[in-house]
Amino acid sequence: MSVQEYFSLVFTDYTLRTITLGTAILGIVCGMLGSFAVLRKQSLLGDAISHAALPGIVIAFLITGAKNSNTLLVGALISGLIGTFWIKGIITKTHLKSDTALGLILSLFFGFGMLLLTFVQKMPNAQQAGLDKYLFGQAATLVESDVWLMGGVMLIALVVLVVFWKEFKLQHFDADYTKSLGFNTRFLDVVMTALIVLSIVIGLQTVGVVLMSAMLLAPAAAARQWTNNLAVMIFLAAVFGAFSGIFGTAISATSNNLSTGPVIVLIAAFFVVISFIFSPGRGLLFKQIRHWKNRNDLQLHKTLYFMYEIAKTHQDISHPHAVKILNNFQGYTKNSLKSLADREYITVDGAMWSLTPKGYEKAINLYNQQDNLND
Amino acid sequence: MTSAQIEIQLIACIVAIACAIPGTFLVLRKMAMISDAISHSILPGIVIGFFLTEDLNSPWLILLAALSGIITVVMVEYIQKTGLVKEDTAIGLVFPALFSIGVILIAKNAGDVHLDVDAVLLGELAFAPFDRLLIGGTDVGPKSLWVIGTILLLTLGLLIAFFKELKISTFDKQLAATLGFSPVLMHYGLMSIASVTTVGAFDAVGAILVVALMIAPPAMAYLLIKDLKKMLVLACIFGVIAALAGYWMAHWLDASIAGSITTVLGMLFLAVYLFAPNSGLISVLHRQKRQKIEVHLLTFLLHLQNHREKSERHINHLNEHINWHKVRATSVVNLALKNNMITIDDHIISLTEKGKIFTTEAINYIITNKSAAIEDMKERFFLFRG
Repeated sequence: MSVQEYFSLVFTDYTLRTITLGTAILGIVCGMLGSFAVLRKQSLLGDAISHAALPGIVIAFLITGAKNSNTLLVGALISGLIGTFWIKGIITKTHLKSDTALGLILSLFFGFGMLLLTFVQKMPNAQQAGLDKYLFGQAATLVESDVWLMGGVMLIALVVLVVFWKEFKLQHFDADYTKSLGFNTRFLDVVMTALIVLSIVIGLQTVGVVLMSAMLLAPAAAARQWTNNLAVMIFLAAVFGAFSGIFGTAISATSNNLSTGPVIVLIAAFFVVISFIFSPGRGLLFKQIRHWKNRNDLQLHKTLYFMYEIAKTHQDISHPHAVKILNNFQGYTKNSLKSLADREYITVDGAMWSLTPKGYEKAINLYNQQDNLND
Repeated sequence: MTSAQIEIQLIACIVAIACAIPGTFLVLRKMAMISDAISHSILPGIVIGFFLTEDLNSPWLILLAALSGIITVVMVEYIQKTGLVKEDTAIGLVFPALFSIGVILIAKNAGDVHLDVDAVLLGELAFAPFDRLLIGGTDVGPKSLWVIGTILLLTLGLLIAFFKELKISTFDKQLAATLGFSPVLMHYGLMSIASVTTVGAFDAVGAILVVALMIAPPAMAYLLIKDLKKMLVLACIFGVIAALAGYWMAHWLDASIAGSITTVLGMLFLAVYLFAPNSGLISVLHRQKRQKIEVHLLTFLLHLQNHREKSERHINHLNEHINWHKVRATSVVNLALKNNMITIDDHIISLTEKGKIFTTEAINYIITNKSAAIEDMKERFFLFRG
């Protein structure tokens, strides 16, 4: 199946439509909430929560014996929340730092989940395949009710974000100020954490425990590069998330043996790389170009000043001089002479150059005031 | 105990010690999450190494995998240096991407590779004794024992050789640089050891247990002790205890050994987190409560000192004036009484001589902003603490 076929089938084929819609919605939810996680410097919280959800899933399975995904998700939600609050407890009440707390909860909860998994394997009626998908994710197992659930979570997240928009925005940029204005920051914190845990839990069966954190981070990190406006960033992150989901599903559906989770993550990582390099404001490419440009300008300034030093010994500043006498000055090239001429600081006539009054003026003030050649 | 059982326990203990040593420095350098990142991103290295060598214990595979761990660290640092995102975001971006590449590589070659992601992530210690190392036809023990034993010796050798440098660069980078030890070299050295250890241990115990063994024992030791050498020793002891107890728990429950060891670590950590003498949750909450009531006591005494008039010092009036809940007011007054700082005479509270001296000294300390000295003063004056 080629990618074109895939896109023509998306609208008619039930399974493909469900999976694509599911991963796209998941991308949107993760992008929106991930923006907050990235800005709060809690990027790795997602990783810890997704691992911490495992024992909850297994316990829910052991208690109910049901493979009904909603029951398992409740278990995941509860143990994810316990993990998150324990992390907060460790950070606030002891001198252990956040990285240690995250690593502890992540590995200890996951290990406990693994211990419990061995009991599941021993149960006579167990179909462990049902739980395995939470480790590495299987988008193919998404059914319509899962998509409705994801849509519900997206709606909840949207409503909460709209209702508490001002509070969240304020809190993320100046928590102390928010507190001093009388907003209940602890409540806001709990709401945002609960939303993030919820979004991770619904993503577990699609992309799996290990890759869930990237789903949360990558769209937000990519979106961050394009804008300094929170609302725009959230919107962009949702768009990036949705496209990672759609393209990831398309690619994995059109080739053999490619699980959806890793492909989605790689697409998201691709968006990040593109944003890192090509974003106009912060991107590495434009930063490098600006760097080169600055260096060039500096060279021009130096050349101009050297010319000024020569020209000021003459009565007539526009007296022509041979280009040759610039030879013992390292910084000049044909190009730099040309661009000086373009700016009308000098006129070049054959092998001779002469300073214009404008160039003279510029050179005098070059090191006195903070002008530059551009203006 | 059969010899296989002894070998498993031996491997578990050696892994625990080999992990605890670099783990201690990672925890102290606030880089614990790097171990999680490395444990995941060695996957592509392992897969490529496995394609080339067809042997999970080959030294080449270990080197390649360790190299991909180091590449992770370098990439994280590069991204961080561009200033586009924060360090934790950089970690969170790099390792899932590398892990995904590993998963896809495995899936694409599923036919010819006897390697699955479960095995890498979860590991199975129980099978470790079956893979023997044969030298000239004689059986010299399980392969993973030799692998992890070599890594432990290497780690120990480097630890002893560079202990001073590691210590200084961990606690004071600038000082280390001034003294001429390159903090960058120390950093990459530590990262390489962490990578090699993770790779050496993953086959036996799985990537997640490696993370648990690297972080949990040092974290527990850090809650109990502030001396680096003692912390290292204590972390190793915790690791070994968890390894042995975990093994026997797994034996008794007939469950995954790696899972049991992590669970024992979890229980140990919970106990330390709750009951550690100075940094545990209970002692912290107790201290916070005590400080609160002692601050209230001080406020109360200052109030008494400022008001000479009898009407201001009547019990009912004080209740109203300072506006505390009745319970708290009673406990503050009782504490003051027990410490002989006030006397109550016909519902009028007045400061004793001792109370006056204490209040005067306390206000001096507060004015001169030496709040640390208050603790010392409390020791001198208080018969009973809050």
